[in-house]
Formats: sequence, structure tokens, C-alpha cells
Amino acid sequence: MSDLLRLATAGSVDDGKSTLVGRLLYDTKSVLADQLDAVHRASVDRGMAGPDLSLLVDGLRSEREQGITIDVAYRYFATPRRSFVLADTPGHVQYTRNTVTGASTAQLAILLVDARKGLIEQTRRHAAVLALLGVPRLVLAVNKIDLVDYDESTFALIAKEFTAHAVALGYAEADVVTVPVSALVGDNVVERSAHTPWYSGPTLLDHLETVPVDADAHNVPFRFPVQYVIRPRTPEYPDYRGYAGQVAAGSVRPGDEIVVLPAGGRSLVERIDSPDGELAEATSGQSVTLILSHDLDVSRGDLISAADSLPLVTDDFAATLCWLADKELRPNARVLVKHGTKTTPAFVSELISRFDEQSLSSVELPESLRLNEIGQVRVRTAEPLPIDDYTASRRTGAFLVIDAADGTTLAAGLVGAPLPTRDAVSPGP
Amino acid sequence: MTVIRKTDNLGALESEAIHIFREVAGEFDRPVILFSGGKDSTVLLHLAIRAFWPAPVPFPLLHVDTGHNFGEVIEFRDKVVASYGLRLLVAKVQDYIDDGRLAERTDGIRNPLQTTPLLDSITENRFDAVFGGGRRDEERARAKERIFSLRNSFGQWEPRRQRPELWNLYNGRHRPGEHVRVFPLSNWTELDVWNYIARENIELPAIYYAHERNVYLRDGMWLAEGPWGGPRSGESLERRMVRYRTVGDGSCTGAVDSTATDIEQVIAEVAASRLTERGATRADDRMSEAAMEDRKREGYF
Repeated sequence: MSDLLRLATAGSVDDGKSTLVGRLLYDTKSVLADQLDAVHRASVDRGMAGPDLSLLVDGLRSEREQGITIDVAYRYFATPRRSFVLADTPGHVQYTRNTVTGASTAQLAILLVDARKGLIEQTRRHAAVLALLGVPRLVLAVNKIDLVDYDESTFALIAKEFTAHAVALGYAEADVVTVPVSALVGDNVVERSAHTPWYSGPTLLDHLETVPVDADAHNVPFRFPVQYVIRPRTPEYPDYRGYAGQVAAGSVRPGDEIVVLPAGGRSLVERIDSPDGELAEATSGQSVTLILSHDLDVSRGDLISAADSLPLVTDDFAATLCWLADKELRPNARVLVKHGTKTTPAFVSELISRFDEQSLSSVELPESLRLNEIGQVRVRTAEPLPIDDYTASRRTGAFLVIDAADGTTLAAGLVGAPLPTRDAVSPGP
Repeated sequence: MTVIRKTDNLGALESEAIHIFREVAGEFDRPVILFSGGKDSTVLLHLAIRAFWPAPVPFPLLHVDTGHNFGEVIEFRDKVVASYGLRLLVAKVQDYIDDGRLAERTDGIRNPLQTTPLLDSITENRFDAVFGGGRRDEERARAKERIFSLRNSFGQWEPRRQRPELWNLYNGRHRPGEHVRVFPLSNWTELDVWNYIARENIELPAIYYAHERNVYLRDGMWLAEGPWGGPRSGESLERRMVRYRTVGDGSCTGAVDSTATDIEQVIAEVAASRLTERGATRADDRMSEAAMEDRKREGYF
């Protein structure tokens, strides 16, 4: 049975990202004849010489009219070995908003650079955002390698520079792979290129098919936000009381000791229920129903945690915000915070610093955070939340900041998660 | 005790869909599931049943009935509803045409007419969350759709004002009069749906499997004879072995030539197909490059 890899792409304008995605879809035979016909017709209508594969991706009328990608698009392809969900994030319009969205669920991200230009500032910023969002693995596709005559030293230089940058951002070298490709011609995307005999690494698709799919991090303690209490009250199940949810981190087995937070009641997992019967274990990502040994007061919004490793339960914590709304953030803004299955009133008590886009440095005590800016803040919540540091547990370290008045999503919140340092994001000497 | 480690593709998609159903149950007051008896809505219902087992599904079902139905599908719809003891509401396009609130289109296609009865039904019943079986792989505009998709009080989709969707933290906040469309199958492909139907042994209307039927050719599609006005002059009926890849309004849903009489054969056929299911079978999506986007903006599924 094949498994599932969620990935995101990121890149700047004109680096050929839509063409690369089109190439992956085309060479894995995920583009069907009628879609291709439509692309051919539309390309001819627009007076283009050849088919524009980016039209496969750009779905909205205004995108096609303007020839740009506005919004994250989700694409699907599969090989006998694996199924892929690809979040294609545009590089130029609101790049932080889109990259953050795509990266939040990605297990791997593909960054693109133009071999003729090498790493540019935006590549470094994208990598910093991907690192901040905890995407476990990076691939750098050095595109348009045909336009530098398949020159090994050009590729090697870019690969070395990027790997050093990624390591500075906290990646292990083994989690960063660089591939010389030509999306237009197809070199090393799906088919191995005859023009790069000096390259012994995997093709892009080979790597996507074989890279390990990790459930978030290893050795993370069990976390289970309670979504819903299942109480049938039917003649068949008069006293059934199960806590439904999706395992956010770690794993659980019957007999495990747990604590229900924030109240702190202790119990044992008596049973793990699913419609297929009882389970011997549930792991990260699985939707199950837990039956506890004791009669505790548990409801939606509570978090069931491993008893031997509890999250911090607090109403006052430092966090990194990626600000995604037009309305700017000012100190003492009153908002809602959604963490796990709990939504609580909160206010941002302090703006500690802002990651400056231009100088790639931090500004202390900024007056505001604006659209696409990233900053460190202090959050105070009306009710205590069981939080983990985002770098330790993505699911229980993440939260949304929501406008209490109109319900807009204002920011992606990461508990702790210090900003990338200047060393990590600057080009260096 | 069984050990089922559902970390495979279908297991991951199933867990994601179940999580979405439970979020809606936890956060909304009046959800409803759109249910037509087609394969996607049947899978949707199957997932809802699994999400709340052993409790009953805590939502009613809504069918927006174009009046151009396949008898086998309505029969199947009613059988499923009865067997699970569910409550089904039906909003009928025909009623709207009969009393003049809607006019029949000159081409006889009724799919686009579903929007008004759907929106009226949402308003009358004060539904705040509406589950649909839409998938992002179906069509380019759908590829940009959120799992939780906010609709204004006119039911409209505003693609440029969509909320960013982060992690698995869905934001279902809405103001009075607004509602949220929810798509638990967003990340499924047509082949995933069929593989899941096989794995879970889910029953479908018989017309999804190859059978003999009187059909006529229009715009390159095999349409079935029926009260929706076909065949016209110049179109001739033929008896062919066909099956349906999608089931919608009879006036614009085409059949495909097929010999696939069981689920394994259907999966093999879908895997080998060189046409998308909408491209092969939906006249209403062929009208323009942005036909689906335009319908969605107006409040369509």
C-alpha cells in the first residue's frame, strides 16, 4: 500500500515553479488529455508559441488574466510507491501568507532557484520561513541547469551555499537535498538526465518517493486534543462515553496513564475505539476515540496528555506571529486564540521584536506588525492553554489568531519559536 | 483486538476527513450534509458514520433535486437514508420552475439552477455548516478552495478573500447570515475515492457499473434518454454498454463506454483513463474556461 507525502513548493517569480509542477504532473501522467487540450487551446488563444504548463495550476479567472498565481493551489499526483498532496505557493504576491499556509502542513518543501542567478534574497527568506514553520526536509531544485550548459561547478557552488544556509537555520545536512534540474526540458525531474553525468544523487521524483515520511518529530510525548464527546445514549450503548479526536503528537496504547488538561484529572486509557474495532495503538495523525478508566469531566477543548511528560499549562507565553491580515497588529490588541480544539479570548500584551524584511534583522519593540511581517510577541489568554514549544511539537505548539469581531484569521502563531537570527538569513561574507 | 496502523494514503485521508467532521460537530449549531446518492456524497456519509460511531450522525441530509434523476440513484438514496435512520430534506428545482421562481434554460441543463433552492434551503433551515463532497482534483477553481470555505449571506464564494488555512486548525467563525461550506474530501482524488469504496465495501447505485442503456450522442457525450428532452431530431438512440463516472443532473451528465462491471474493473479503468471525470461527463463544465468558478461565486456547491 502506498503512503502519503504532503509537500509544498516555494520560489520567486520567473524561476519556473509552475513549469516544474506542470512537469511533475505531466511526467507522472497525472495530467489528463482533456486538461492538456484545454491548456493547448488557452495557450493558442493567448498567442503563445507552446503550451503554457502554468495554466494547469492557475485556476482562477483573474490569475489567468493576469498571468500570475494569487493563491495556494493544491495539486495531486501519485506513483506506484506514493501519493502526493502538493501545496503550490506563489512567490510574489503575499509570499509570507502563502508560504506559511503551504508550509504549515508540509513534510517536505521544494525551493527553486534559477541556476543563472543562484541564491537570491528571497530564497533565503523562504528557507527561513520554512525553517520557522518546522518543515522537516528541504529540497533545493537548481532549475534551468540547461541554460548554464549543465555546468557542474555552478551547481556545486549553489548547492554548497544553500546547504550551509539551511544548516545555519537548524537543518541537519541529511535533511537537505539539492538537485540540478531543467523543468522545461525535464532533466532530473522524473527522468535522469544524460547531460549531468557528474550528478550521482536522486532525481527529484526519486527523492520524493523515497524520503522517509515522519510523523512530526520522534520521541514526542502523547497529545490528544478532545474534539467531541461521543455519547450515543442508544439502547445498544446506553453508557458509552468516548472522547473523539486526532492524535496530535506521539502515540498511545491501552493502559497508558494520562492527564486531562487544563483541569489535571488523571486516568488510564482503557480502550482505543475505531469503527473497525479496538486498536492496540494509535499514532500521530490517526482519528480515534479514547475510553478512559475513570469518570472525569472531559469536554471539547481539553487536551489529553501522556502523564509522564506534560505540556506547560499557562495563560501567558511568548510566541512568534506570522501576520496574515491587512489590519495591522498593535500592542494590547484583543483577539481570539484557537489552540488545538480550544478557542479563548486573548490579548497580545507586548510586541517584542519584528523580523525586518529589508535588512534581514530584528527590530526591537516595534509599534506594529503588518501584513506578511513576522514578529515575536507576548500573548495573554483568558483561559490557560496546555502548550508545547513549536519546535518540539508542531501541532500543540501552533495556534491561530482570529479577529473577534469579524472572524478573520489574522495570524499563524508559534509558541516560542525564536526568529531566525541575522547570521542565519544574511548572505554572509 | 486488532492492530490497524492506518498510516497509508487512504488511512491518512480518512483520518483527516473524520477530524473535519468532528470539528464541525464541535463548533457549529446546525450542520447539514449534501447528499445526492452519488459516489462522493455516499463516501462522505460513510465517513460521517465512522466519525461518530457508535453514536448516530448528528446532522440531517439535504438533497437538491434537479428533477432530472436517474431512478436507480433516488432508490439508492432513499434506501441508504432509511437503513441508517437519517433525516433527509429535499429541495426541488422542479417546484421553483413550476411556480416561476426559476425558468428552465433553453439548453435544458438544470445543474446551474440548483443554486437558488440550495441557498433558500440553507436560509430557511438556518444551516451554518454545509458539507459537500467536492474535491480539489476535480477542477481548477476547486483546487483553490479551502476545506472550510466561508460564504457571505448571499452564499457567494469570494476567492480573493479566502482565509489562510493553517495546520489542521480550521477557522469556522462566521457572522449571522453567513455560513461555511465544508469539504472533507478536499485532498482525495477520483482514484482515492474508488479505492476507498473498494476497501470499505461501500454500496453504490448500480449505474456506476457497466450496464446496457439507450443513449444518444450530444457534444461528444453519451446522454441517456429521459424526460429532459433527448434525443432531439438528428440525434439517434443506440443501445450501448456504458457506466457513469459522475452522477448529476440527467440533462448534462454523460455516460462513458465501459465494460467495468465490478469495483476492481472500475478502478483499473479509472487508473488508465486519459480524461478527467468532469471533462468526460459534465456538459456544464465545458461551457467556458471558468464555468465552475462562476457557478461557485454564485453560491453553487
